[in-house]
Amino acid sequence: MTPFTTLSTTAVPLPIEDVDTDQIIPARFLKAVTRDGFGENLFRDWRFDKDGQMKEDFVLNNPLYRGEILVAGANFGCGSSREHAAWAIGDYGFRVVVSSYFADIFRGNALNNGILPLVVSPTLLDEIFKTIEADPQARFTVNLEAQTFKNETTGTVSTFDIDSYKKTCLINGYDDIDYLLSQRELIEKFEQERQDFSLV
Amino acid sequence: MGKTLFDKVWDAHVVTEIPGGNQVLYIDRHLIHEVTSPQAFNGLRRRELPLLRKDRIVATADHNVPTKDQDKPISEPLSAKQVRMLTENCAEFDVPLYGLGHPYQGIVHVIGPELGITRPGITMVCGDSHTSTHGAFGAVAFGIGTSQVEQVMATQCLLLTKPKKMRINVEGDLSPGVTAKDIILYVISKLGTGGGTGYFVEYAGSAIRALSMEGRMTICNMSIEMGARGGLIAPDQTTFDYLAGREFSPQGKDWEAAVAYWKTLPTDPDANFDVEHTYRAEEITPMVTYGTNPGMGMGVRESIPVSSDIHGAAGIAKAMKYMDLEAGKPIHELAIDYVFIGSCTNSRIEDLRAVVDLVGDKQVAPSVTAIVVPGSQQVAKQAIAEGLDQKLIAAGFEFRGAGCSACLGMNEDKVPAGKYCVSTSNRNFEGRQGPGARTILASPLTAAAAAITGKVTDVRDLLLQPA
Repeated sequence: MTPFTTLSTTAVPLPIEDVDTDQIIPARFLKAVTRDGFGENLFRDWRFDKDGQMKEDFVLNNPLYRGEILVAGANFGCGSSREHAAWAIGDYGFRVVVSSYFADIFRGNALNNGILPLVVSPTLLDEIFKTIEADPQARFTVNLEAQTFKNETTGTVSTFDIDSYKKTCLINGYDDIDYLLSQRELIEKFEQERQDFSLV
Repeated sequence: MGKTLFDKVWDAHVVTEIPGGNQVLYIDRHLIHEVTSPQAFNGLRRRELPLLRKDRIVATADHNVPTKDQDKPISEPLSAKQVRMLTENCAEFDVPLYGLGHPYQGIVHVIGPELGITRPGITMVCGDSHTSTHGAFGAVAFGIGTSQVEQVMATQCLLLTKPKKMRINVEGDLSPGVTAKDIILYVISKLGTGGGTGYFVEYAGSAIRALSMEGRMTICNMSIEMGARGGLIAPDQTTFDYLAGREFSPQGKDWEAAVAYWKTLPTDPDANFDVEHTYRAEEITPMVTYGTNPGMGMGVRESIPVSSDIHGAAGIAKAMKYMDLEAGKPIHELAIDYVFIGSCTNSRIEDLRAVVDLVGDKQVAPSVTAIVVPGSQQVAKQAIAEGLDQKLIAAGFEFRGAGCSACLGMNEDKVPAGKYCVSTSNRNFEGRQGPGARTILASPLTAAAAAITGKVTDVRDLLLQPA
């Protein structure tokens, strides 16, 4: 996993609530057996019409908006557990998704792929959308160590929450699996000591 | 202070807690399918890791399988490859596989319970958000991403923070024509697609206790549609009766011991929940969705809201554009094109029986393509044994082989762009049943009624008609 420390970049606004993972990556693109290449079908049916032509009114097709931060409406990533959604967002080039809250499974999938799901207040989310609307070149700076998010245009600095374990993982590029493998002895002890009705 | 059902099951599986609030949670049973497992197997190979516990994992092929000509090779090359990869991976890692052609094959959330793999008091995961289905048995069951599939394969554990607890009580008696599906669509319409985010939900109350296991599975299945991590229902005699004698259920003394343990699991009277909601069963009518997420639901006779506490006007307007419907108007009697009866939400034998009972001697409207897709080979076998398949075919339905089918637009079964489909599945997202498809979620009864009339129909009108 690629380590994440700080990022200063422009942002892409997607002011739509309840964006589900079927929109992020439709099921017909889940047939790959590797983790690569999903970015080209990110938001496929919002980006392209049925003939494969770009829909000019969709933000990813607007050359004004570029950057490694995606700013989205509340409840981003709801629906299917498909990690392909996080792979598509990462493969497209986003390192951070900002929203007022994330669906639980998507949030976990993002963190497991070195993508920071950054939760801001609804008021701040609104301010970020306004900043980008006024100036698509507006820059934002994320500092994971300090847990700060700065709107470089307004100068507003806000802090965000992330649990200390996940923060360490992101900064160092660790996977959960590395930690879990280190717990092998405890896991085997647990198996031996408990009463188990799951397999009888 | 007492503990909730969720606390009891979760806490019994905590191996250790680490600084920052994460817990190492032991996973009893792991179900896998062809879509979310290949990258996890690749990860094991890359790290040169074996499966830690081969006796705790079971595989099936469901998302990509065709529901016609299941004895022939899969014609779509990428689907065929994904299913072949599952077969090869299961052979290499020695995972039991109920693949296409196996008598136990079917939708992963249908076969777990019917084989007695799912049971009370266990932790269960699958790379699929509808794993919440298994909570109907009093299990802590939830969907995970592929990185976590790999973690469970390698360590039989996950690193998680414990969710908060919500209880949803549904009290009273359901009216005729109102089913478990209507209960859960009603609840989600009240709480919205994000209302359960961060929570594990226990469903309780007299209307829940009165449900069959099939009905309880329908309820728990859609927990994820309000954003909940999972949903569960206290095990009781209905649960035990369903599980007794199943293929992998405990037997003899093991059964007695297991039931004794399962009886200790229900929530203690003095246990606390972070949030509690209570609804009256009598207030629930047959439900339909009008929009592009499962929270956009209403009684079949109601009018589409212009905005609500949960859905802003912009969200509804966007949905109306996609659905080609008008806010403020009803959708009762809207002409429909397709009916899909199937999916992990409503494809069990009880669902099929309910459809056949409602249809009786009536015929599917000529304007409607209606397909019935049993959730598993075992459900199909049972339906055939009861003659349900012949009755459905005689009425003008197609009776297919088991699989996820038209729920998700991944296999050959899709709804064409612009067409309306009344569907017993779980998601009405844009493009879910195929690019441009317009989904109206409903119960099997309401879907069957729509098949007969060719329109969105209040099933209670058909129930009132003399036979």
